[in-house]
Parts: sequence; C-alpha cells; structure tokens
Amino acid sequence: MKKLINEPEDVVAEALQGMERAHPELRINHDLHVVVRSDAPVSGKVGIVSGGGSGHEPLHGGFVGMGMLDAACPGEVFTSPTPDQMLEATKAVDGGAGVLHIVKNYTGDVLNFEMAAELAAADGVDVEAVVIDDDVAVQDSSFTAGRRGVGATVLAEKICGAAAEAGRSLAEVKELCERVNAGGRSMGVALTSCTVPSAGKPTFELGDDEMEIGIGIHGEPGRERRKVAPASEVAKALVDPIVADLPFESGDKVLLFVNSMGGTPLIELYIIYNEVAKLLAERGIEIERNLVGPYITSLEMQGCSVTMLKLDDELTELWDAPVKTPALTWGA
Amino acid sequence: MADGTTVTVDDLVAWIHRFSDVIAEHAEELTQLDSAIGDADHGTNMRRGCRAAVEALAATEPEDVTGFGRAIAMKLISTVGGTSGPLYGSFFLAFGTSGGSTGALDAEGAVACFRSAVDSIAARGKAEPGDKTMLDALEPAVVAMEAALAEGSSLGEVFERGTAAAEEGMHATTPMLARKGRASYLGERSIGHQDPGATSSWLLVRSAAETFAA
Repeated sequence: MKKLINEPEDVVAEALQGMERAHPELRINHDLHVVVRSDAPVSGKVGIVSGGGSGHEPLHGGFVGMGMLDAACPGEVFTSPTPDQMLEATKAVDGGAGVLHIVKNYTGDVLNFEMAAELAAADGVDVEAVVIDDDVAVQDSSFTAGRRGVGATVLAEKICGAAAEAGRSLAEVKELCERVNAGGRSMGVALTSCTVPSAGKPTFELGDDEMEIGIGIHGEPGRERRKVAPASEVAKALVDPIVADLPFESGDKVLLFVNSMGGTPLIELYIIYNEVAKLLAERGIEIERNLVGPYITSLEMQGCSVTMLKLDDELTELWDAPVKTPALTWGA
Repeated sequence: MADGTTVTVDDLVAWIHRFSDVIAEHAEELTQLDSAIGDADHGTNMRRGCRAAVEALAATEPEDVTGFGRAIAMKLISTVGGTSGPLYGSFFLAFGTSGGSTGALDAEGAVACFRSAVDSIAARGKAEPGDKTMLDALEPAVVAMEAALAEGSSLGEVFERGTAAAEEGMHATTPMLARKGRASYLGERSIGHQDPGATSSWLLVRSAAETFAA
C-alpha cells in the first residue's frame, strides 16, 4: 500500500484537521467528527445534513457551505458514521425549521440515520429523511438491500441546499429531494480497485486487462466484468442501462454528471463526456446542465460514473442558484 | 460468580468481558469472513466496540439490567459504526428494557430478555431468518432456549441448547443467498460463504452460556 498518510487509524481525524486549516469558514467538531458551516444554525432555514463513510471526498464535507449542506458526518473510511455524530450535526444546524437527512442507500447508513432521527425527534427536532438509491447497476433490487446511493446524492445536496437557502419548508425540500432521486440514475465503472487504509490491501481484485461495469463506490460488485474497451464502448455500457431504466426519452432535458472515481484524470472524463454527449444527441436527449470532475469518489480507484437527472424549470433554477462550498462554488 | 440459577448484573458484565475477549480472539477470522462477502471490517469494528463497551461498563457500574443494556448499547452504537453498531446496539437496548430495574434474572427472565433483544434486531434490520444475517444464528438460539425452558431445563442447559442452535444456524448460513446488507449485491456469489454477523452472534450466545453456567 502506497499512500500519503501517517498512521492508518488517524486518516479521517488528520484529514479533518487539514480541512479545517484549509477552510476556516467551516466549523469542525474533532471529537465527534462533524463538519458544520460556520454560520449554522441559520434561523428559520431548513437544515440539510448528510454523511457517510469517508473515502468519497469531496462528498460530503466538501459540500458544506452556503447553498448546499449545513453539516456533514464523515465516518471511518467506507464505514457509516454513528448516530451520536448525526444527532450532534442535526442539533447544530436546526434553525427551527426542521432538518432534512440526505442518506445514501447503504444498510449501515440507513440504520444509523434512522436511529439518529429517532434521537433527534426525542429532543424535539423535526427531522425528515430521504434515502437516495440511483444506482441502476443493482438488478433484482427487491431481493437485495436495494439500489445504492451514488451520483444523484451530489445533485440532491445542491438542489435541496438551494431550496433551503431560498426559505422553502421542510416538506418542500423533502419533496424536491425525492424528485431528484426519482429522476436521477447512475452507473459506474472501475478500471482498478482501491485500498482502504486500515485494510492495507485492495478491496477487490481486478485483472490488468479487466474492468467492472456497474461498480459501487465501495467496490461493490457490478453487473459484469469484461475486458477493457475504448471509451466509446465504455460510455455506451454506462449510458444504455441509465437511459433504459427511467426511461429517458427524446425531448428530455437533463443534467449530465460525469464523475471520477478518484484515480481517473479530467482528460479522460472529458473523453467520456464527449462520448456520452454524442450518445444522448442520437437519442434526442438535451444536455441542459453538466458537472464534470471528481465529486463522489472511491479513494484512488480509477474509473468513472455517469449520472443523468431529468430537469424541469424548477430543478434547473435551483441548480443554478449560488453555492459556496470548498468543492462547489458559483454565483456567490 | 454465577450460581447456576440466576443471572446477576455482575454476570451480565462478565458476559460482555468474555464476549470482548472472544471477539478479540476471532477478530481476524470475522474480518476474513467479511472480506469474502462484505467490506472486511467486521472483526476490527466489533473488537473496537466491545473494548469500548467493557470500558463503559467499568465507568458506569450499572446496578440493574436496564442500566447494563443502555450502557453497552450507547457505546456500541457510537463506536462500531456500519451495520453491526445499530443492530447490536438495538439488541442490548431491548435486552435492558426487557430486564427492567431488577438486579438479577432467573432463567425465564434471561430468555425473555434474549427474545426481546432478538426481535429488536429483526425490527431494526427488517430481516427474516433465511436472509443470511445475524438473525440466522440468533432466532434459532432463542427458539431453542424457549423450548428448553418449557421443558424445565436448568439455566445452564437452556444456554447450552441456545449455543448449539446458534452454531447450527451459523453453519446454515453458508449455502444461503444473501438478501440483506452489502452481501446481497453479490447475488449468487454470496452462496458458499458463512455470514460474519451470524458468526459473531454465535459467539455472543456462547459467551453467555460460558458465563452464566460457570
């Protein structure tokens, strides 16, 4: 294992210390590992909290700030955070209008957030939760833990954050989050595995000439393993199942999000973006907005994911609204 | 020490000490099992959580079953993380609530606590026996304990029968297709691997038998 770390058990704590030094506008609770925007709680504004295992940076801590998350709870690498963290985050951002938990659909995250919501409710905080499950790679989802939450999480955090900033109610922000989840679909591919620092060895094995289509952001197995192929074929293997699933149809306006798993450089992301854009043009699907870069990663894994979100005027307007966070900033 | 007919709070504390030791001994094995169908951290997470639970018991010195359950539950919930934290946390929270403000449980009371605790895991995890989870060791264990109790068995026998059933249930997870948690994404590929959660659950029941009947 080659990593720029000190001790494996200090990875999350030291990353948070560095984050605080780099971003003094964030407030970080180092005992409980909670990242909070410095002006929280904003009176009368719905608080938006998310969290999950670390290793997906900038998700979620890098999205804390004006127009996006009010707080994030990073767990250990690839391990769900705990209810005491989530409770602390929830109370820290409750400005009296309630708090929305945006939860990625992983058994641990869901169980821990459920417990946190029960504890917060017992403390008198109005909490709602939306579970994001946009990964079309998971088939037979009624016989499994269900579809995983991946790229649409980033989009939901941005859109809900904008809605909360605009003074929308908890019920309205929750409805928007559900709409993003309902209209968002993703699929990823891995070219290499990744190594959890405490494990010291790759999470899964992948041959030099192989790729895993439908990979999860923790290296969960996808739909199939096949020989590496040109970007045009990889793009098709990701786009076809996404388009077929919702389905996206001719005339639809979408937000196209091409994301790096961490180890794939931007130059390759643009090649994939180019291929995906051509495929969507052939289908009459219009790319109204886009996001390209590493936003929901899987440590140093090489690979990418494609997320498509069906847009309407309201979602587009909220996407365009000002945001100011360490990882996403515009209009502010 | 355990007198063979009742389970005192001291016995419950000794159970957790024993469980923590056994988890530490089996941590590598649990992680190994988890790496086959999960995310290779069950042994590490459980060892960290159990150590913290032992420390929490020393710090709080619970006087009744509720206090015992709550102290462990809150510690496991806040230190284990992942899926096991809230599930084992729910187990002990319900165990304590069922036991109430008593300082000692008879066999019937102890089994009632286990029943309540196992039901709580099923509710929290929305799992059923056969899903290849902790429940596949715990549910048969409680059923066996209830049967032994109905036959008038001693406290020691009740927990021995529970342990045997838990072990059998744990082995039975190997050919199962996982329907819950991360292992479920493997589909058919989850078949042929023993479930790590069922394995730590067997150790939990076995530790109780070793402590209560000692």
